[in-house]
Amino acid sequence: MSAETILHLSAVVLLLPFLGFAILIFFSKRLPRQGDWLETGILFVGLILSVLIFAVKLGSYHDETLQTSFTWVNFGIVPGFGPMTMTLGLMVDNLAAIMVVAVYIVSSFVHLFSIGYMHGDVRYGRYFANLGLFTFSMLGIVVTNNFFMMYVFWELVGLSSYLLIGHWFEKKSASDAGKKAFIVNRVGDIGMFTGILLLFATFHTFTFETIFSAIKAGNIPLGSEAWLTAAGLLIFCGAVGKSAQFPLHVWLPDAMEGPTPVSALIHAATMVAAGVYLVARTFPMMTADALNWIAIIGAITAFIPATIAIAQNDIKKVLAYSTISQLGYMMMGLGVGAFTAGFFHLTTHAMFKAGLFLGSGSVIHAMHHALHHAGDHQTDAQDIRNLGGLRSKMPITFWTFVAYTLAISGVPFTSGFLSKDEILAGTLAYGDLTGRWYIPVIAFLSAALTAFYMFRLVILTFLGEHKDHHRFEAIRESPWTMTVPLIVFAVLCFFAFYSFNPFGASSGWFYAAMPRPETVVPASVAAAGVESFETALHHSHATAMGLSLTVAALGVLIAFLTYYWKKISADALAERLRPIYLFLVNKWYFDELYHATFVRGTIGLAKVSRWFDDVIVDGIVNGSASWIRGVTLGTKRNWGEGNLAAIFYMVVMGAISLYVGWVVGVGLMPVETSLGAMIGYALLGLAVAALTFFLFYVGVGGFDNSIVDGLVNATAYLAGFFGLLTRRLQTGKVQTYLAFVILGVMIFFLWFR
Amino acid sequence: MHNFVQWLQTPGLNHFLIISGILFSLGIFAILTRRNAIMVLMGIELVLNAANINFLAFSRFTTGTLDGQVFAIFVIILAAAEAAIALAIVLNIYQNFNTINVDEISQLRD
Repeated sequence: MSAETILHLSAVVLLLPFLGFAILIFFSKRLPRQGDWLETGILFVGLILSVLIFAVKLGSYHDETLQTSFTWVNFGIVPGFGPMTMTLGLMVDNLAAIMVVAVYIVSSFVHLFSIGYMHGDVRYGRYFANLGLFTFSMLGIVVTNNFFMMYVFWELVGLSSYLLIGHWFEKKSASDAGKKAFIVNRVGDIGMFTGILLLFATFHTFTFETIFSAIKAGNIPLGSEAWLTAAGLLIFCGAVGKSAQFPLHVWLPDAMEGPTPVSALIHAATMVAAGVYLVARTFPMMTADALNWIAIIGAITAFIPATIAIAQNDIKKVLAYSTISQLGYMMMGLGVGAFTAGFFHLTTHAMFKAGLFLGSGSVIHAMHHALHHAGDHQTDAQDIRNLGGLRSKMPITFWTFVAYTLAISGVPFTSGFLSKDEILAGTLAYGDLTGRWYIPVIAFLSAALTAFYMFRLVILTFLGEHKDHHRFEAIRESPWTMTVPLIVFAVLCFFAFYSFNPFGASSGWFYAAMPRPETVVPASVAAAGVESFETALHHSHATAMGLSLTVAALGVLIAFLTYYWKKISADALAERLRPIYLFLVNKWYFDELYHATFVRGTIGLAKVSRWFDDVIVDGIVNGSASWIRGVTLGTKRNWGEGNLAAIFYMVVMGAISLYVGWVVGVGLMPVETSLGAMIGYALLGLAVAALTFFLFYVGVGGFDNSIVDGLVNATAYLAGFFGLLTRRLQTGKVQTYLAFVILGVMIFFLWFR
Repeated sequence: MHNFVQWLQTPGLNHFLIISGILFSLGIFAILTRRNAIMVLMGIELVLNAANINFLAFSRFTTGTLDGQVFAIFVIILAAAEAAIALAIVLNIYQNFNTINVDEISQLRD
């Protein structure tokens, strides 16, 4: 297969879900089963094609970057800017090939799962259409070779996320969550947009490769390394929004209002991965400072949500916070320089987090049915305090869920262990190289927390006793469309898919396919090079593995002690540490903080703007209108006496009138003139001034009404009057006319005597 | 009174002019006051004849040539032609309006 064929195939793979979207959005009502088979079928065809691309790319073109471009628009030489050409194109490198397969695996199985989960939904067809649109947008981000298309698809992802979160928009909380996700993302996107413009202004191109080679050639924005760092951080802003990094992580937990398969697809596996993908894409242009910030943001994001997840009782909220925490891990991995590990974790996490969400969806689905069966509409199906003991009723869901949990906690022989261990080793190496030891400390702490809250979730959901015996009897395992995806994702948690050595990812195909790209930034601001990083990594590898196993085991042990064997009372502990507990339950008060500052601030700004619009802008508009009214209708009719505006108007008009009089009087006066003539001209000027003022007073309209119209009317009246007079003479009698003729002749005689 | 009788006894240009003036005035008077179109035409004849008298009188008392008479003959011919046409018009008016009262023939008025 030639390189060209791969690129063509990638275009086909990109457009297939869009085709499904276009058909379903218009015709889903007319298709049998509202077209779910069509969209799902398309996705599985795409999955096969993407695996083909992946296999050929890594098999035959392992170290090449395949790309194709075309000039979309050429504006020629733009004044003040230079040549402006927009080039679009596709690119398939190993990063994209792996990502395309990851997106397709998750997306296609989420489609399959949705057939069961969304059965009988009010907007079943539109739901599948939107899933297709989302997949299309995500693939667009992956296979593009320029910032321009990246940004377009980036926003399309935001849009489809909004549509899917708000799928049940009749619920206020769902529509609010959709808006929140969209707006918070927009905050980050503004940074990304600015960054892209900065790069475009400097390099006059959007293409990654051209920009990187230009930076490598020593051409950097505004000639300063600080601006290069700024450009990198601005691009990173977009990733902060999309990947729910601190401080813009607040939208993701709310996004759980969407249907659970959507949470699995968008808010666990793909859309939130877009930010990580973006940083991986732009990794070569990140300076050491930028990477430090990425690592710090990632570490904070890994830690804070992990603490929040401990105290949450909603099964999806726990998973949401765990997602944010894991995304923080990925960012931290990229930031510390463990490029491959960060992206590796993205891939493995996509599989097990999609599985976790689908598993929770399966549980919620079963609970809904049981609650519906019992006629109970009060109990929250997602609250883990209402769950428990589901193991015997839902064995497939339980065992697959355990597999995912083991993976996310970093237990050996799972994919999660491989990737997490590499990130942790990377943070240790980073601490070694830079002396910033707080990053690895936070990383290991978060790893322990992750193991703890994930096992807490499993124990409370599947083990122990169910509260309501009657309800418990009605719970059934989900249909095959839902269990098959669960099994597939569980299988993909096995280490052998990524590396044949269960304790070393670096010997697997993934590490061979994804070497850390060469940095292109000037050496003075570059992060530690690949060689020194590898050396440090080598030193810290054994330590990292030992530590990560220890913390994971510790977390699991505490979880079992607390929730299974009940040796530690969680309630008593929460009571004793009540302030901390409340702090965690309320998610560190981020929502309240943002509400008090940004939301209030925005509303306040809106109020000020409104006041400005109402009073100042409208005042100018209405004021000018009433001045024109005053000029046309005259002062007297427009304003009553004592009105300040009227007085002001009169004063101004008086001044203007005097000026006009002065100009006329002095303008007409000859240079040499007698005193009498001077007095005459002065009087003339005064008369003109008086007339002008009179005109202002009665207004132009008054002048028109009284003087102009008066003249016209008077002429007409006179004509009419004489007409009436002479009409009398028109008797129609010949003799009268003759008499006039004679009279006329006689008058002539007298006249010319 | 004596002077007046004396003035009458010595006829000159003024006498003819006065006669002509009286005749003219009578003609005008007839034109303006008669309702009958025929009468109006007769008034016109009077006016024309007043003019004839003037021609003759001026001719006799100024140059003494026959210019005046020649003019007068022209005028008489003209008057005959005018009377013929005017009577034809009057006849037509009568056929159209069934009257020759000039006051009632006012259709040209607005």
